Formats: sequence, C-alpha cells, structure tokens
Amino acid sequence: MAGREYIYYQGCAQEGTAQEYDASLKLVMAKLGCSLKEAEDWSCCGSTPAHTVDEVLAAALAARNLAIVEKMGADTVTTPCPACLTALKTAHLHMGRSQKFREAANALLDHPYNCTVTAKSNLQVIYEDIGLEEIARPVTHKLPALKVAPYYGCILNRPPGVAQFDDPENPVAMDKIMSAIGVEVVDFAFKTECCGAAFGVAKRQMVNELIYKVMTMALDAGANCIIVACPLCQQNLDLRQSQVNRTMQSDFNVPILYFTQVMGLAYGMDPKALGFGKLVVSTDDIIKSRVSVEEFEKRQKEAQEKASESQKEIKES
Amino acid sequence: MKPINLSQKTDWHFIDQVREESGQNAALCYQCGNCTAGCPYTHYFDYPVSQIMRLLQAGQKDLILNSKSVWLCATCEACTTRCPCEIDVAQVMNTLRIMARRENRVSEKDIQKFYDTFLGSIKRHGRMFEMGVLLSYNLKSLHPLADADLGPKVFLRNKIHFLPKNIKGRAEVAKIFQRFAEKSK
Repeated sequence: MAGREYIYYQGCAQEGTAQEYDASLKLVMAKLGCSLKEAEDWSCCGSTPAHTVDEVLAAALAARNLAIVEKMGADTVTTPCPACLTALKTAHLHMGRSQKFREAANALLDHPYNCTVTAKSNLQVIYEDIGLEEIARPVTHKLPALKVAPYYGCILNRPPGVAQFDDPENPVAMDKIMSAIGVEVVDFAFKTECCGAAFGVAKRQMVNELIYKVMTMALDAGANCIIVACPLCQQNLDLRQSQVNRTMQSDFNVPILYFTQVMGLAYGMDPKALGFGKLVVSTDDIIKSRVSVEEFEKRQKEAQEKASESQKEIKES
Repeated sequence: MKPINLSQKTDWHFIDQVREESGQNAALCYQCGNCTAGCPYTHYFDYPVSQIMRLLQAGQKDLILNSKSVWLCATCEACTTRCPCEIDVAQVMNTLRIMARRENRVSEKDIQKFYDTFLGSIKRHGRMFEMGVLLSYNLKSLHPLADADLGPKVFLRNKIHFLPKNIKGRAEVAKIFQRFAEKSK
C-alpha cells in the first residue's frame, strides 16, 4: 500500500555494521511511497542472549519497544532485522497467550505493553503491502550481469507459527522481488540454512565451516552473488569471507548484497548513497554492468538484428 | 554413549520441570530423527538433538545439562519447523540452556561470556554497542586478538562506532535488569 507510514524499529546493527542496509532500505521505501518513522528512543530487543537467561526478561526487553509503538498510536512496527523481528514477535505472542506471563513481563517495565502491535519484517512489508506490481514500476535500469542466490537465513521465516510469513522451507519473497525488477535468480537449495548466526565471535571455526557450505551451494547453483535480508547473514558472509578462504582453503570472491541495495540499483539510485562503499567484497563489476532500460533494449535489438542477418546469410549461401 | 541404568538414574522431577518450563511435552517424541537431520550444528554437538530428546524422556539431567549441545544450539528453528509431533524442540533446548545456566553447569564458557557481554552492553547503554562488546568479550575470554583481522575492514568503511550511543531511556532499560535480578533472588 503506497503512501503509508510505518513505525520503524531500526535495531542496533543498523546503526553500526549494517548501515548500508538501513540506508538502502530507507531510500527504496521512500521511492515506493512509504515513510518510516523511527520508534521513539527504542532500546535493544535482547536478541538471542536474553533468551538464554530468562524468557520473562527477554520478553520485557522486547516489549519495552512494543509499548513505545503502542504509545505512538500505531498497530504495526516494521524492522529490517530477523533477530529483532523474532524477539518482538515472540514477546508479543507469549504475552498475548498467557496472562500470567504478560503480568510477569510487564512487572519489569515502567510502561506496560497491552499486546496490540504486529511486527513485520521490511521484506514482508515490501512484498505483501506494496506488492510486485508497485515494486516493478520505478525500475529504470537493468543488471544483466547478475545471477543472484537469495539467502533468507534461519529465522526470517521460521518457525512458521511465529514468523507467519512466506514459506518456512522454500521462501520466495526475495526471489519474486528480484524477478519483478528484472534480475536473474538461481534456484538455491540452501536458502534457509543457518550461517552460524551470533556464534561468529565465540565459535569462529564453526561459523566459517557453515558459511563455506552456504557459499559453495550458491556457486554450484550458478550464482555470482548472494542477496540477504539479515545483518548477521551479511556480516558473516561478507566480512568473514577472507577468514573462510584462509581456514577452508577456498577462493571465494562473492559479493554479498542486501536485497534493498539491488532494488536501489535497478531504480537508478547512486551506489554510494545505497551504501555500496561499505561492503567488503568488491561490487565494482556489478555497478559497472548496470545499464539503463533503453540502452539494454537497444543492445538487445541490435543483437537480434545481427542474429537474424547472419541467419539470412547462412540461408542464402 | 555408555548404557544407562534407568531404574537407578531416572530423574522424574527433571522431566516434569522441563515440561512445565518449556510448555512442551517431550514424551511425544518418537525419535524419527527429523530434527537431527536438519540441524546444521549436529556435527559439533556431543549428543544430536534427537538424542537430547531421548535422554530427556529418560530423565538424564546430568548428561543433558552438562552437554555441549544445549549451548551450541543457535535456535535456528529448523528442528521446531520440521518436528512431525509439533514439539517446539528449539524451545526445549532453550529451557535446558536456561536451566544449565541456573545450575552453573555451562559447558561452553565462551558462548556464555559473549551473551553476557552483549547483555551488559544493553544494561549500560540501552542498546548494543558493537565495539564495546567485542573488546570486552576479547578481554574476558582471554582471546585478546580474536577477529583483530576484521578490524581494518570495518574501521576503513566507518562501519563501527568508537563511542556508545546512550539512549534517553537507558535507566529504564537498566531497571528491567534490576527488577529481574530482585525477582530471581
């Protein structure tokens, strides 16, 4: 739905290592007629670490933010980060299901949460609320060199009872968005395999091995780049790619882009504004390969004419 | 695994406790192995997740709470999504992690230290301060140079802040932790 305003729960990573996700997302959403209003003075959702201590504590950390959204008078909050999304949705579901649990979580908060807010990922908002037709409309450029493997990671669509979006085993939202903007997508079997998530720091070798598997599968499927919708997946695959090469004796040089960055490229936006300069593995070839739709059609027409001419010559001779 | 004498070593209270805290009935598990087949971490586990479920049915508290598996589970939710008995397996693992923590039996100290450093950062600043978490974890875990090779990559791209961003409501967030600590006493 174009022209809609969403309350935006940015999440901690978007301020730091995932700045390019934040920047490209804001530009693309604005282009699609949606404005993002930041949740006032939001705090960290607690993420995975809070869940290892106590469920009530974890719920309270997330619910402080849901209560803020409630206070702002909204019933929906959108976040780019799947970890934030899971924390917000789990707190909401758990507090909605059990009064005892809700009271326990609210007892830790200054302002209680009344369970009226639905959390959606930005991918869900773009795919479901805006829709493929609107997504295709602003396209001005083609990216003929790209063959993307859409990598959803583990918890964007799982478990289905919490995520309530797309298919938990074979999600297609990013695939369809890419097709809608004219980008070639490969059939990628490791779409939902875990990249090692937050173990990057404490269990580096384990994470390197998991990343190696995901990247090998993407390349075997014929991809030359991977697109993601998760700051942690991006960080593990892009930032740690040199570590993977070193420890696994591999030779990866695979650009890892946020899906919003690819959308921005197709919309003719400035790569710098889309945060391409913040990516570790070079994306220069991708940016250079971008052509305007007119130029692309002209080239195609020329190629077709050449082909039919040579066919004619073959027939005549 | 060594044979277990069930008549001597079944902790019935533990079975009840896990069922109550997780809200999941492990007795429904018939060992189809779907959770283990889809678990990306099973290679690193000392007991595959289906074995953890079996040990839970047999009330093997010590083996489970001292295991590496409960800490190496990353809650990727593949097991929960694929369980034909609709057991929220990841939730069971989470409950076991919380119990291991409560009983001071954490097998993977580095993972716990990382999580605790992360939570300390939230308590202090209201949000996670990436740079602070990394440095503090490196000191506490005695791996001072872990990920030092990534430093130049993030610094050159201005991807990380050197100072925390303290939110207005950080006292409010700290109070969540304080109230929780008081209630858990």
